[in-house]
Amino acid sequence: MYIEMRNIEKSYGDFKASKEVNFGLEKGTLAALLGPSGSGKTTILRMIAGFETPDTGDIIIDEKRVNDLPAADRGIGFVFQNYALFRYMTVYENIAFGLEVKKIHKKLIKERVMELLSLTGLEGLDKRYPNQLSGGQRQRVAFARALAPSPGLLLLDEPFAAIDAKVRQELRSWLKEMIHKVGITSIFVTHDQDEAVEVADEIIVTNQGRIEQIANPFEIYKNPATPFVAEFIGQSARMEGYHKLKGFEKGDFTGAIIRPEFVEAFKSDNLKFQDVMRCSEEGIIEDISFRGNYLEVRLNVNGISLTTRRSLERRPVSVGEKMHVIVYRIYAYDDKKAYLLENSLLNGANIVTF
Amino acid sequence: MKIKSKWILIGISGVFLFFMLVLPLISVITNSLKEGIGFYFQSLATPTVKSAFGVTVLAAVIAVAVNTIFGIAAAWLITRFSFKGKQILSAVIDIPFSISPVIAGLAFLMTFGRMGWAGGLLARLNEALGTNIQIVFAVPGVALATVFVTFPFVSREIIPVLLSVGKEEEEAAALMGADGFTIFRKITFPHIRWALLYGVILCTARALGEFGAVHALSKTRGETFTLPLEIDALYLSNSSESITSAFAVSSILVLMAVAVLIIRNIAEHQAKKNEENH
Amino acid sequence: MTKQLVRAGKSQRVIPGFGLSMGITLFMLSVIILIPLASVLVYSFQLSPREFLELITKTNVVNAFKTSLLCSLFAAFVNSVFGLILAWVLVRYEFPGKRIMDGIIELPFALPTAVAGITLSKLYSDTGVMGGFLGLLGIKAAYTKVGLTIALIFIGIPFVVRSIQPVLETLDPRYEEAAAILGAGKFHTFRKVILPELGPALLTGFGLAFARGVGEYGSVIYISGNNARNQTQVVSYVIMQKLNYVDYPGATAIALVMLFLSFLVLLFVNMVQVHQAKRTSCL
Repeated sequence: MYIEMRNIEKSYGDFKASKEVNFGLEKGTLAALLGPSGSGKTTILRMIAGFETPDTGDIIIDEKRVNDLPAADRGIGFVFQNYALFRYMTVYENIAFGLEVKKIHKKLIKERVMELLSLTGLEGLDKRYPNQLSGGQRQRVAFARALAPSPGLLLLDEPFAAIDAKVRQELRSWLKEMIHKVGITSIFVTHDQDEAVEVADEIIVTNQGRIEQIANPFEIYKNPATPFVAEFIGQSARMEGYHKLKGFEKGDFTGAIIRPEFVEAFKSDNLKFQDVMRCSEEGIIEDISFRGNYLEVRLNVNGISLTTRRSLERRPVSVGEKMHVIVYRIYAYDDKKAYLLENSLLNGANIVTF
Repeated sequence: MKIKSKWILIGISGVFLFFMLVLPLISVITNSLKEGIGFYFQSLATPTVKSAFGVTVLAAVIAVAVNTIFGIAAAWLITRFSFKGKQILSAVIDIPFSISPVIAGLAFLMTFGRMGWAGGLLARLNEALGTNIQIVFAVPGVALATVFVTFPFVSREIIPVLLSVGKEEEEAAALMGADGFTIFRKITFPHIRWALLYGVILCTARALGEFGAVHALSKTRGETFTLPLEIDALYLSNSSESITSAFAVSSILVLMAVAVLIIRNIAEHQAKKNEENH
Repeated sequence: MTKQLVRAGKSQRVIPGFGLSMGITLFMLSVIILIPLASVLVYSFQLSPREFLELITKTNVVNAFKTSLLCSLFAAFVNSVFGLILAWVLVRYEFPGKRIMDGIIELPFALPTAVAGITLSKLYSDTGVMGGFLGLLGIKAAYTKVGLTIALIFIGIPFVVRSIQPVLETLDPRYEEAAAILGAGKFHTFRKVILPELGPALLTGFGLAFARGVGEYGSVIYISGNNARNQTQVVSYVIMQKLNYVDYPGATAIALVMLFLSFLVLLFVNMVQVHQAKRTSCL
């Protein structure tokens, strides 16, 4: 493990910002701290950086306990939310700053800055000031500046928050590629699940100061460990009286969570679905909304409201129409855990949906 | 309709400003030249005026030096750290804005004067060392009073700027291992230089012109008097010549006030441009 | 909300200089402000309550308080009206000379009070331009409360303008447009839409101008004449007079009352600002 958090507790007065935080990351991992605002993700990042001190517990970086080490001595590169570029310094001066305070020889500084400029694709911009750069270029400068002193760990606080939605997509893949190229262990904070899923190798989901689950994006999506993760990830909705649904009569869980892609709706004369017709039940369309490249259809099945997506290529449907509905799977949960429940009638038979 | 009310309001403003602010300004100048230009310069060259000029400049220099150091330290403390009692601290800094300068003078009298506890201390100290350091009714008292009334000027100018800039740049620099002096010089200072300049200018203007507080602490004309006290003395001697002299000395302070307004305008303009460019 | 909680909590201080800046600030604050003011308090507490009451209820003291408070109140009121107009003109209209007008507003901040005092006194004396003019109207300005109030208007005007200006700048003109579209008349729009928005700033400016007026010394003592019988002595003048006669108990007692008054005004201004912050955060 390159970085480890052991039994971290942190509170501000009555407010518990971190409860029993335990996790470790292997060297070279790119991890995301994902959670709603106020869930304690930023506190964790700030504790690792040394901006905050945990009340109890150990922070271990590279086998050394760093709790009492000042921020500057932890060997950390930090990319701030709004980048905190030095506004009165040029791009070159920004990147060189961390090396200059270490009293490194001017020639070596120049070499390193040039190397980083070319790595980040900022060649020729070295004499510009931060306000003469685009949002994306600023992020690159912040990234280069954080990397300049060759830290062992890179922390990024909401690295995409300050960027237009349009370029954000492009920068996500750029950052992922860049971090893997450099091979530096990195942790970034985000509240955007798409961002976490796309960029991170590992996702650490936080909620109310606790860590709910740590796993790779696919696992998080496919096998959420807790009711919170099940509901937080994807376009999930809580559902009342799930055992009224065909194929889910067994089990007595507290409740269930469902996503649109778990629901299939078709017309009774659709030949493709003839062999699973016996598993389906009738639903009435309550609402249809156009989502750009698909339709979102809400149906009432036995008093339960279910949402599914419908391709625009398929037959048009309208409100009030009757359809056949099959639910493939749901996440049932009790107080602490989430469980994947497959439709017992389907016996594992999977049908391509959407 | 709209145009009409606009010009009516501008007219009211113009007339009000002319009679309340501009006319007094002009009147200082016309009064000062009543006895001719020769008399004007003669009035400025008397020994008491020269002495008052020296004391005033000295007090202003001390006030600016002290308040610049204090202003930067207080602004840094208030905008860069969180701690208990910050609200109270920042309210205490503003006290000199809200109390009568005469009370400031009184306060120093009560502290360092014969009746004050520090006065006794000072007397014993002088006895022990064989010195004759005086605070009240002497130049140090004048300087102290001047520092008091100008106390919040520099910090009040810097604090809003530092607040709006935020502390992330400094945090970033500290995280990279830069020491406090480097952070201040390379990162903080470029942001605040115009505000600092403006604060220093305001502080200077107020220091040169302070009257009430100094009046309570300075009694010897030609030794511890400042320019405003000299003006007071000239004006109250009530001969038409000395009144003209009072206005002549005043005209110097008026020129200074106008210069302050102009520099203020430039500094504000520059500060705006600065922040836009960075 | 949580972010603020996080910031306010105990945290390792990343930025250096906490101890140094705290040390300098507290040291200077103590030497320059706290210890001297504490000395006034300590001294005044040596007076018995009866002595204290006797000192501050002397006729000339009570009259001075009346004069200072009434004239400052009136001046602050006049300044509120003209300050509002000036701020409005400076924020909402474009016209030649605007920048000069904006700059000149601060003249009373920059001009030494003694200079302002002798000039106003001369200007409003019977032989002065304004004094002669007012004399034709049968008004005597110099050495009366009229002149005193004029001096207080002079020094108070920037407080009101500078309090209102920033608020007016951020006030969205669309409010007024919305009101106008709804059919509200100009005066009605102003009273119902703009004035409530400016209220707190106006009160703040009023409070600051009033506080400054009550404590004012240099600019009023020449024009007022300082005549006890005409009740043109201000409080600061009475304190100074007592200091000159080495009547320290008297001076301190009056000073204590004034400190209390300015504390009240500060409290009032603070409350207005807190109230304002609350109201705007609800929007």
